[in-house]
Amino acid sequence: QTLLQHSSGQEKVSQPRWEPQPRARLMTALTFSSKCGIVSIQDNRISIWSVGDLGNTGLNGEYHGEPHLLCDIQHNGDVMDMQFLDQERIVVASSTGTVTIFRHHQNNQTLSADHRWAKAHYHVDQDTSCGGAACTGVVCNNPEIVTVGEDGRINLFRADQKDAVRTIDNADSSTLHAVTFLRTTEILTVNSIGQLKIWDLRQQRNEPSQIFSLAGDRVPLHCVDRHPNQQHIVATGGQDGMLSIWDIRQGTMPVSLLNAHEAEMWEVHFHPSDPDHLFTCSEDGSLWHWDTSANVSEKPSFLHQGGRSTAYLSHSTMNQSVVSAWLSNDPTKDRMEITNLIPNQTLSVNSLDVLGPCLVYGTDAEAIYVNRQLFA
Amino acid sequence: RDQDIYIHTLRKLFNESHGIFMGLQRSEEELAGKSRKAQLVQVSKNYRSVIRACMEDMHQAAVSTRDPALQGQYSTQVSILSAMELIWNLCEILFVEAATAGPLLLRLLDWVRLHVCDVDSMVREVLSSESPSKHKLFWNVVDVFVLQGRMDEARHLLSKEASANPASMNMYKILDDFMKKMPVPSLGNTQTLTELELKWQHWHEECQRYLQDGTFASNPHMESICKILLGDEDAILEKKELMTTWYHFLVTRLLYSHPTVKPMELRFYAQSSMDLFLGGESSPEPLDMILMAAFEFEMHQVIKECSIVLSNWWFVAHLTDLLDHCKLLQSHNLYFGSNMREFLLLEYASGLFSHHSLWQLGVDYFDHCPEYGRVYLELHIERIPLSTEQKALKVLRICEQRQMHEQVRSICKIMAMKALRNNRLGSALSWSIRAKDAAFATLISDRFLKDYCEKGCFSDLDLIDNLGPSMLLSDRLTFLGKYREFHRLYGEKRFAEAARLLLTLMTAHIAPCSFWMTLLTDALPLLEQKEVIFSAEQTYELMRCLEDLTAGNPDKQKFQDDDVETTKVEMLRLALARNLARVIVKEGTVEGS
Repeated sequence: QTLLQHSSGQEKVSQPRWEPQPRARLMTALTFSSKCGIVSIQDNRISIWSVGDLGNTGLNGEYHGEPHLLCDIQHNGDVMDMQFLDQERIVVASSTGTVTIFRHHQNNQTLSADHRWAKAHYHVDQDTSCGGAACTGVVCNNPEIVTVGEDGRINLFRADQKDAVRTIDNADSSTLHAVTFLRTTEILTVNSIGQLKIWDLRQQRNEPSQIFSLAGDRVPLHCVDRHPNQQHIVATGGQDGMLSIWDIRQGTMPVSLLNAHEAEMWEVHFHPSDPDHLFTCSEDGSLWHWDTSANVSEKPSFLHQGGRSTAYLSHSTMNQSVVSAWLSNDPTKDRMEITNLIPNQTLSVNSLDVLGPCLVYGTDAEAIYVNRQLFA
Repeated sequence: RDQDIYIHTLRKLFNESHGIFMGLQRSEEELAGKSRKAQLVQVSKNYRSVIRACMEDMHQAAVSTRDPALQGQYSTQVSILSAMELIWNLCEILFVEAATAGPLLLRLLDWVRLHVCDVDSMVREVLSSESPSKHKLFWNVVDVFVLQGRMDEARHLLSKEASANPASMNMYKILDDFMKKMPVPSLGNTQTLTELELKWQHWHEECQRYLQDGTFASNPHMESICKILLGDEDAILEKKELMTTWYHFLVTRLLYSHPTVKPMELRFYAQSSMDLFLGGESSPEPLDMILMAAFEFEMHQVIKECSIVLSNWWFVAHLTDLLDHCKLLQSHNLYFGSNMREFLLLEYASGLFSHHSLWQLGVDYFDHCPEYGRVYLELHIERIPLSTEQKALKVLRICEQRQMHEQVRSICKIMAMKALRNNRLGSALSWSIRAKDAAFATLISDRFLKDYCEKGCFSDLDLIDNLGPSMLLSDRLTFLGKYREFHRLYGEKRFAEAARLLLTLMTAHIAPCSFWMTLLTDALPLLEQKEVIFSAEQTYELMRCLEDLTAGNPDKQKFQDDDVETTKVEMLRLALARNLARVIVKEGTVEGS
């Protein structure tokens, strides 16, 4: 259900419609907060939108009230990544290599820059613009913030400290595209030579504790996410649109490779409260919803109804409740529903976020879409 | 901040119309006749809806800004957008929908009602007053309704007047009756044109009689309404201020004198309406000329005039594309051979490329210009500044999808060079792999090897150890990977394998000649081991390699003058000889064979 509606052209005033907003330079970073605000970027601005109460949907899922802009603030450089630090603060990674914490003041609905690490990421060569290298990924675990960038550097910041707590220079000889927490003291990074690395931040040596890589061509990996409950399950997305599921307890290669998109997969997210669901978005303009929840049910699978436009992998009659459906090696034993949530795709979907029954995503057509009925 | 609203609105216009444009290009061409037409009409409506949405935004901006200069600017924009929508709407009626006699009039009435807004506030004022019939503008509003053909609303107001003024009850009843009975074209095919004409003729005559009988003589307002109903030009013209434009006048005239007007007849009425309305007092403005051209079905003229008047190509590009899909434009060859649709789309898309993010839309437009689109794309895409890797990846993807191999190589090379300068060897390699650029991969490998020679150890082991199949991209890269493997094997004390690998590197010519000395020197520790590692065969090979190396460079001063080098060579010869001796003995004994 994309909510971009056009009026019939007969009326003078257009129908209530979801306003597309301009984005800065191809990238929309979106994050949901539990208060159902969306933070987006708009012409190199960070903005906060209210989409109303998550629970406030009508019979057919129509939303009551239009989303409206609460506040915004200028931002220097493209927003490469963004994450909420806590209810009020957002950490933003910039293409200039700067990492900024913005604070959203709820009382007067303003945004202000709380703290800035100006040269978190940089190249040594003076030819590049102010020696800046884009900061490509940021992840938070209040009060810790980890950032990675095109300079192959990993930074560990604390929200209240002026300087970096720790910096691993040249952690990677290629660009680090994304980072996420594995455990409180361990992080996962993916890079442009197809490697997934685990770093133990307790250790002082500047080496990854483990390196995983794809078999075959070293296709760059662009995104990574960890299963919310089962920490050994990790999903990554690659430049060829392939979704890889890894079990980091065993082996150095992915457990399954799923042919997904036709171009770069920009983001992958497990649903935070319902991790049988996974979402991926891509440069090819599609956003896929991967659903393995059917595997956990007691019903024999061949009674499953079709319904909407879905593609099945195959049948299963086994009860997979103990081992996560994601890890099953044998595709003939799994059944996964995959749905493309975008009916008329044109330009790249750069970013998505999901919370409860709501999904938000942004495209290169400078539009933001909200789907409030994911599991309808 | 306010400036941004202007840009924001334009961007919205561009982005949304891009979506509609793409939808149109992809739509079913196989659909014929009515369904295709309905589809095209819907596309047209969608475009107009976007224009209206932008108008609304701009209007909000104009209302809320405090800066008078900006307010003026926004108001101008609103007028421009309004004019655009007016023209587009008319084109939709006449060209896209190609409304035929009957429905044509109804569409034109809708069009007028939608666009004459100057009287809205007056209407609202009167309707919301306590006793509308007492309002001084009451009759104006009734006239407005009549002029716009809004019979029900006119009758409703008149009934209020009648109840307030019982003396005129008779007159009211008759007038009301006429207004109710007036034959109008219907959208469905419930009656033919001929039937309508007959009915209308009959009605017209009856109305005429009542007027001539002086039925309305005592009430000038009602009399004037009756005259209007009869299509009396002078009576209609009297209400000039309520119509505000000549095209309103035109439509009113048609409604009351020729409701079954055929599309091709419009031009005559249009010309005369404009002349009568302007009456020599004012001259037609550009907008008037455009509308006139439309009424005359001169599509090319419409487009030409719009191109001149409007400052950007958006309007003409999209409208022309739509008309082209309606198969209405004959290929009108311009001097450089491309047709008008393509020309306009190329101009529009080129404009988009000057914007840091709207260029992506431009790509799609170029895709749909069959003759020159690709050339234009190739030229423009190389000029996009690649400020981040992500942007470069997007550009690359676009090039790859269109088999623009030159551009792919060029972009990858630029990115790889940048990475190399920043000492990001892994990134540089990643870009070379994407472009399948063997030459660059060789360059990177040489860098690694150079680093190794200088530092004595490998940098970026995470990369070299994990090259995988990409190792095969270039010989040098393969060598690098294998050489590293040699070191690893040695480190793991798998000497026999290491030895075999080392030899292969030289004999299979994987190693560059410049590196042979290093390799041979690497062989030394293996030769010096307590255990014999190299077989006789292998030792002969090594010796041969050494001789090839030294013999092949008689004029190379290096080997003679450089003491270190000569010492090395001598040590190698000694070690090889010793190894050969040991291995001959070993292989010669019963155990060894």
